[in-house]
Amino acid sequence: MRTPIFGLMAEFENPTALAAAARQVREQGYRKVEAYSPFAIEEVNEALGLHHNRLPLIVLCGGILGGLTGYLMQYYIAVINFPINIGGRPLHSWPSFIIITFELTILFAALATVLGLLGLCGLPMPYHPVFNVPRFALASRDRFFLCIEARDPLFDRHDTAEFLSSLQPREVSEVAH
Amino acid sequence: MSEDQRDSRSIQSGRPTVIAPGHTFATVTDKISSIVLTRRTPLFWFVPFLIASGLLMVFLGAVGYLFVRGVGIWGIRVPVMWGWAITNFVWWIGIGHAGTLISAILLLLRQSWRNSINRFAEAMTLFAVACAGMFPVLHLGRPWLFYWLFPYPNTMNIQPQFRSPLVWDVFAVSTYATVSAMFWFVGLIPDLATLRDRARNRWAKATYGILAMGWRGAASHWQKYETASLLLAGLATPLVLSVHTVVSFDFTVAIVPGWHSTIFPPYFVAGAIYSGFAMVMVLAIPLRTMYGLQDLITMRHLDNMAKVMLATGEIVAYSYFFEAFIAWYSGKPFEMYAIWNRMTGPYAPTYWLLIFCNLVFPQLLWLKKFRTNTLWLFITSLDVLLGMWLERYVIIVVSLHRDFLPSSWGMYEPTIWDIATFAGTIGLFLFLFFLFIRSLPMISIFEVRTLLPQAEVTEGVEK
Repeated sequence: MRTPIFGLMAEFENPTALAAAARQVREQGYRKVEAYSPFAIEEVNEALGLHHNRLPLIVLCGGILGGLTGYLMQYYIAVINFPINIGGRPLHSWPSFIIITFELTILFAALATVLGLLGLCGLPMPYHPVFNVPRFALASRDRFFLCIEARDPLFDRHDTAEFLSSLQPREVSEVAH
Repeated sequence: MSEDQRDSRSIQSGRPTVIAPGHTFATVTDKISSIVLTRRTPLFWFVPFLIASGLLMVFLGAVGYLFVRGVGIWGIRVPVMWGWAITNFVWWIGIGHAGTLISAILLLLRQSWRNSINRFAEAMTLFAVACAGMFPVLHLGRPWLFYWLFPYPNTMNIQPQFRSPLVWDVFAVSTYATVSAMFWFVGLIPDLATLRDRARNRWAKATYGILAMGWRGAASHWQKYETASLLLAGLATPLVLSVHTVVSFDFTVAIVPGWHSTIFPPYFVAGAIYSGFAMVMVLAIPLRTMYGLQDLITMRHLDNMAKVMLATGEIVAYSYFFEAFIAWYSGKPFEMYAIWNRMTGPYAPTYWLLIFCNLVFPQLLWLKKFRTNTLWLFITSLDVLLGMWLERYVIIVVSLHRDFLPSSWGMYEPTIWDIATFAGTIGLFLFLFFLFIRSLPMISIFEVRTLLPQAEVTEGVEK
């Protein structure tokens, strides 16, 4: 019995080959598939069925929270905590509260975007098995990789490797845990 | 693939070539990352860096003396209490705006040529905002108590006045600095991963590795990343327009003649982008020559930036005209006098120099011959930077020195410490900028890859 592996990885030379391979892998029924590329490729996302993510919702919540924080903070300070009568102007002078409400909306929404992105991607991640493939360092330069993970129900160490080889990759390698 | 084939493919795909032909994913990656990962720091980096470090020392000296003696070392006297400090603040923060415009607004408008200039333009934004933010704080009188500007529970039982544009400014500028820094860092993550994978030095590998946070270019990450970029761009766009609008409120909410005008917000935003693009050019033109990046920052980029400068310059010209026209049309003696005093008063030379720098000289950019001459573009950009500084000087000093009562008129003269502080922030800006180009990729590598014709998926996938 050989030691278990994380998955099998195929290397491709260009984005067209990666997108075509991703589509075939999905058609074959594999679901635990990930593509790695030096830049975003829309066709690969489509081939892997990546359409929606929850980031916009997180950002919307962050923005609403920021707007409420900004307005309520000003209301509390100007009306309740530290009321000052200036020339008889109303304490709750809402038009002058709009600017800071707006700025804090943007600030909280932007913080939610960055933290949401990191959270949804699971970053920072100090260790990941794909880096065990020596040639994977080229994924941030000019090579394109497709990895079928061992936890996929259809995964078979021998058959999956043969199937990946049939997609004409540059090479297929095993990804150690 | 031969060069001819590649050319014909980029023509077929209908995508105008933004960067010079002949590049591959590997060559752009190696070219940009080698600037950072090289062992030898070039001499043309050291010379400006040393000059900048010298100016930074001047800045530290000037600020140190300011802490000891107070703001009286500057030329600010009643009635001109804003002087150079606020002039420099408005000038620096305006310069920052071009970086956000390039990174956010041009991204939303799908102007892909921005991909090779957005990284260092954003860095410029960050450092310009850092320089800008210091002036109002140093101008406080007791700069070490700057945190009183923020609302927090305190034993003095006092709170900021939220009806004041000066407090709005605190929130606008600090939000702008925070969001710009986050936008810049998010944009850096994939390139930090590239540096991590390419670095030979152990320390460099570890440092870039920690900063890249384990980015591995997974498709599921790229998809979220693209969403995040668009969302941040969508948030930064209204933010950048709001920041200079709020800065203009500092003036326009006051009743000083020459300040109390509704034209200020759009006029300030246009002027900010005008001076910001000038600074991008001042940095880009020597950099592309020094590092041989003419194939990535092409004449098309410079031409496009010159056109943006020209367009915003015309908006500024329109604002100058209507500032004068509305003052005359209002029939108010104080408003009319404020403009007349600008044109013919003791500071008239600065006004006419400003008109020459901002309105007259840049008009040559209408001609393609001047837009494609890098030396000329460099000179024009310096001229615009000077002009936009003079604009803020005229608005602040000339408006304040003669307001309603002749008994409270006065004259303003900068001291050596004003000059040292201002020159010092230029040193700080260049110091940070040269550290940046030495330690981080000054051109976004992954975004330049997408500009290559090879980046397009060509056949067999669409069904």
